[in-house]
Amino acid sequence: MLEYVWLIPLFPLLGAVFNGLLGKKIKNEAVIGGIATLMIFCSFLVSCGILMQLIGLPAEERVFEKVVFPWIHSGNFKADMAFLVDPLSAIMIMVVTGVGSLIHLYSIGYMHGEEGFYRYFSYLNLFAMSMLLLVLGGNMLVMFIGWEGVGLCSYLLIGYYFHKKSAGDAAKKAFVMNRVGDFGFLIGLFTLYWWLGSNHNVWTINFTEIKAASSLLPYGGVVTIATLCFFVGATGKSAQIPLYTWLPDAMEGPTPVSALIHAATMVTAGVYMIGRMSFVFVKAPDTMMVIAIVGAATAIFAATIGTAQNDIKRVLAYSTVSQLGFMFLAMGVGAFTAGVFHLMTHAFFKACLFLGSGSVIHAMHHALHHAHSHDDPQDMRNMGGLRKAMPITFITFLVSTIAIAGIPGFSGFFSKDEILWQAFANPFHGGLNIFLWGTGAIAACFTAFYMFRLVFMTFFGECRITAKSKDHLHESPLVITIPLMVLGFLAVFGGYVGMPKLLGMLPNYFEHWLEPVFATAQGYAQTYVHAGAHHSHALEWGLMGLSVVIAVIGIAIAYILYIASPSIPARFTATFPALHRAVYNKWYIDELYDFLFINPCKALGSFLWKGFDVLVIDGIVDGVAKVVMGLSGMLKNLQSGYVHNYALSMALGVVVIIAFYIFR
Amino acid sequence: METLAMPAINFAAIMPETILSAVAMALLLVNVFVRSEQKAYLGYLSLIGILVTFFPIVAGWNAPVELQSGFNGAVLQDNFSLFFKGIFLVSAALSILISDQYMQREGCNHGELYPLILLATAGMMLMASGTDLMVIFLGLELLSVALYVLAGFNRDKLKSNEAGLKYFLLGAFSTGFLLYGMALTFGATGTTKIAGIAAYVAANPMITGNQMFLVGMLLMGVGFSFKIAAAPFHMWTPDVYEGAPTPMTAFMSVGPKAAGFAAFLRVFMIALPAYKPEWSALLWVLAVLTMTVGNITALFQQDIKRMLAYSSIAHAGYVLVGFVAGNAVGTAGIMFYMLSYAFMNIGAFAIILLVGRKGEPNNNVADYAGFGFKHPLLGLAMSIFLFSLAGIPPAAGFIGKFYIFSGAIQAGYIWLAIIGVLNSAASVYYYLRVMVFMYMKDPVEEFDWLKVTPAHALCLLVAVAGVLIPGIVPGYLLELAQKAVFF
Repeated sequence: MLEYVWLIPLFPLLGAVFNGLLGKKIKNEAVIGGIATLMIFCSFLVSCGILMQLIGLPAEERVFEKVVFPWIHSGNFKADMAFLVDPLSAIMIMVVTGVGSLIHLYSIGYMHGEEGFYRYFSYLNLFAMSMLLLVLGGNMLVMFIGWEGVGLCSYLLIGYYFHKKSAGDAAKKAFVMNRVGDFGFLIGLFTLYWWLGSNHNVWTINFTEIKAASSLLPYGGVVTIATLCFFVGATGKSAQIPLYTWLPDAMEGPTPVSALIHAATMVTAGVYMIGRMSFVFVKAPDTMMVIAIVGAATAIFAATIGTAQNDIKRVLAYSTVSQLGFMFLAMGVGAFTAGVFHLMTHAFFKACLFLGSGSVIHAMHHALHHAHSHDDPQDMRNMGGLRKAMPITFITFLVSTIAIAGIPGFSGFFSKDEILWQAFANPFHGGLNIFLWGTGAIAACFTAFYMFRLVFMTFFGECRITAKSKDHLHESPLVITIPLMVLGFLAVFGGYVGMPKLLGMLPNYFEHWLEPVFATAQGYAQTYVHAGAHHSHALEWGLMGLSVVIAVIGIAIAYILYIASPSIPARFTATFPALHRAVYNKWYIDELYDFLFINPCKALGSFLWKGFDVLVIDGIVDGVAKVVMGLSGMLKNLQSGYVHNYALSMALGVVVIIAFYIFR
Repeated sequence: METLAMPAINFAAIMPETILSAVAMALLLVNVFVRSEQKAYLGYLSLIGILVTFFPIVAGWNAPVELQSGFNGAVLQDNFSLFFKGIFLVSAALSILISDQYMQREGCNHGELYPLILLATAGMMLMASGTDLMVIFLGLELLSVALYVLAGFNRDKLKSNEAGLKYFLLGAFSTGFLLYGMALTFGATGTTKIAGIAAYVAANPMITGNQMFLVGMLLMGVGFSFKIAAAPFHMWTPDVYEGAPTPMTAFMSVGPKAAGFAAFLRVFMIALPAYKPEWSALLWVLAVLTMTVGNITALFQQDIKRMLAYSSIAHAGYVLVGFVAGNAVGTAGIMFYMLSYAFMNIGAFAIILLVGRKGEPNNNVADYAGFGFKHPLLGLAMSIFLFSLAGIPPAAGFIGKFYIFSGAIQAGYIWLAIIGVLNSAASVYYYLRVMVFMYMKDPVEEFDWLKVTPAHALCLLVAVAGVLIPGIVPGYLLELAQKAVFF
């Protein structure tokens, strides 16, 4: 099976080409959606086969590299179209193809009747292909191609409803921010390649070879620079401070896209990349600290914004940013396994939440449409009491909310608790640990609060839409609810593969599985970290209990504010109007960026435009206009005007160059 | 002094030039008998001529050294020049394929167009294989004179006239620099042969302190920089590209630039390695300036032809990065990049040409609103070209850029590579803007005047293949480019 790993990205590519070329003619939604879903499902089956085969191998042999074809070979430089299968990429392909299949299936129902149905599925398949290239890439170049590809598909899908100006703007914003990140990625790649090559004559961008040569890398220094550049790449793709503002705007895309790309898969690429190169990152303690701090800060920052949003998808978007922050916190404290574990459980419950919100929006849209109401179907203030009308959506949504809030027994608890514990107990950042843990814990409290606020506002209380609309509220069709149920199941039970040792009921399969991948990194960590203080089990139990208490407090506050005495939030807003405005307006970060970056760029642009275009180019237009009046004027105009200027600039260039070389 | 053992004349070494010139002259005669509306046949004949010319190029690959050189060492048809000759033929063929439709539409289908293209191509070839400064200059003039006429070919249109005249005036100006530089070099070393100059410098290392020699080198650099449109010698480009007939803009933006690089590389790397620290520092600055000026100015262009003109300036900057690297990887990267650039740039111009109609060039970016929906296949092709220009994988433009930058890194120019990557990241914005209009705006026009002739379709098909195949499986082409490096 391992030999056939190239089939995994190939299937969705075929689907994308098929729908892209023939979809417009076929028009039959069942065929278009069916083929797209079938293709990604085939990839899922192959991935399952590969996972099974890997499990059958002894732990140290679970690395397989498949060179599909030699790609660029020249002198020192070598990059093959190669795929790397190891426990880490196996998890990723399972998540991408598994969650991906469900979301493709869901999309058939959700996108029913949309204009450009084929276009949607073609892009979605293309995205899956790029994402699989990204996670399977055996060298940085293949990974980079996937990296660019997912950015492109994300751009196309955010701008899917391009008739709306906001969608086009959001797409552009996402693309530009991602490009900033891509630039970081490439610089990091070049720096690493150049340093290893020029100092040790190891010219390689292949992950396995870099891993083998990683003992040559120094601690800090050039590695810090390279990893910081890579991290810039990760912040762009994974929406971390300061490049996170595109992700909430990206909610302009169709909801299943938000679930697949902007929650479960693409945005986790940054986390995956750090995991893939853990043996490099761990050699840069300063970078690790930056990652940990940025992660923790993003986690709490986005969580506060999430508490004041009224658009159901925006709450989830900020929640995603915040949860990604948790993952980066884990990576930054060297808890790679915990980070990847949270990546996986998050994919389950957040995909379920997004698809659930899609189901709600779908129903609301339908109901409001029937009643000819123009209320916003995504605004939670228009919802309420939906649990009776939509029981399946409600239950799956509820269990996923419990999972993300961190209630024991649900998947999110295991992964989040592991991250918080590692933040506290890791030997990397010394005195920072308490701060990292505290920030994470408070962010977790906010998470529980805003998620239950969402559930209470949406599913509990009185229904706030008109009675006429209410009659048209229905549960979504099976094609939508089946993916919800599967993901809801995983949101509950997906965490049991990685149960903390402390609880001791099941062995921590997840950790054992990833051990060989991160062993090198852990080895390097031990050489510069003085042996970490030994923490007692009692402390671990205590912190675990504390994080449960924190979650419960968050839920309780949400209950009091939105069920028990719903008048408080309004009073709070009235008492602290400035604070509420600041949070509601996302701490004015977009405005700050406009002020700091966008407006100066526009000013520079208009300066160049006015100074250069108007003077030179419009000058030519005027010149041409004069030429029309009399051909005789032509020579004069051209010569005395612009050719003269051009010649002068050339002559000046020559003089400067020659003067420099003669008088230097 | 020496015995004349070496064959003084070896026509095999200039076979491609000979064929093209012969076909061009024959066509000039035939042209008299061809009626105005049937000038396309001249195009077909010149395409046949180009196809025939491919034979000596393929046959000459890896030929023994004594067969490569001719005319007493004045020309050398090595793999390096053969690769470039391939690029010239490709760009000439693609431009000819899209010419007839445009020329008919604009009412300037004069038969002289095709012989002029062929003669310009022959001039480029002489530049690529010339190993004597005089031959290089001869090739340059043959190329330039033909191009001046081609730029002003639409003689009833003022803009085209303006383009021709401007190109001529500034071209003549820059040729002065080049020629003066060659003269000073000759004065310092007593020879115009590239190998002779190198031998003289090797025998008299003190000559590098001679300011006449130094200024000669610098002035030649300036002359070549004009040809490749490097900043600050680039200002003619946007005006000329905008005004020239679109197929000729496509032709001019690729072939002559590649020819300029071929001669530039050979003269500087073989004749003047002694000055390498000097010229690589100079080119470092020019590369940065060229990339940055090109990209920043392109950001604010509304006219798509002007935008591509500035973009072509920026691309010359990327190629200069490979030049500065000065190693085999960088040089092979230049060759790979110029070939890919021929496909992607002429492809993009082929689409631009289609969108316009008589009297209405439709060159504004906003004219592309909804184009991708009205013509999905053409829109897809345009997207592929734009992606390649932007350097987004899996298009050939990405591989080329990556290759050039990694050459620079191997040579230790990491900052130059970083500036290059930064520039290429910024450039995405203006290419993307065209795509935003194509796919994210509602169509204003019906685009029902578009007529894709078979020749045009063939050009687009070849261009798309030329962008995608080397992008996905670059191995073969990269290997060829590596074998073509002369050191």
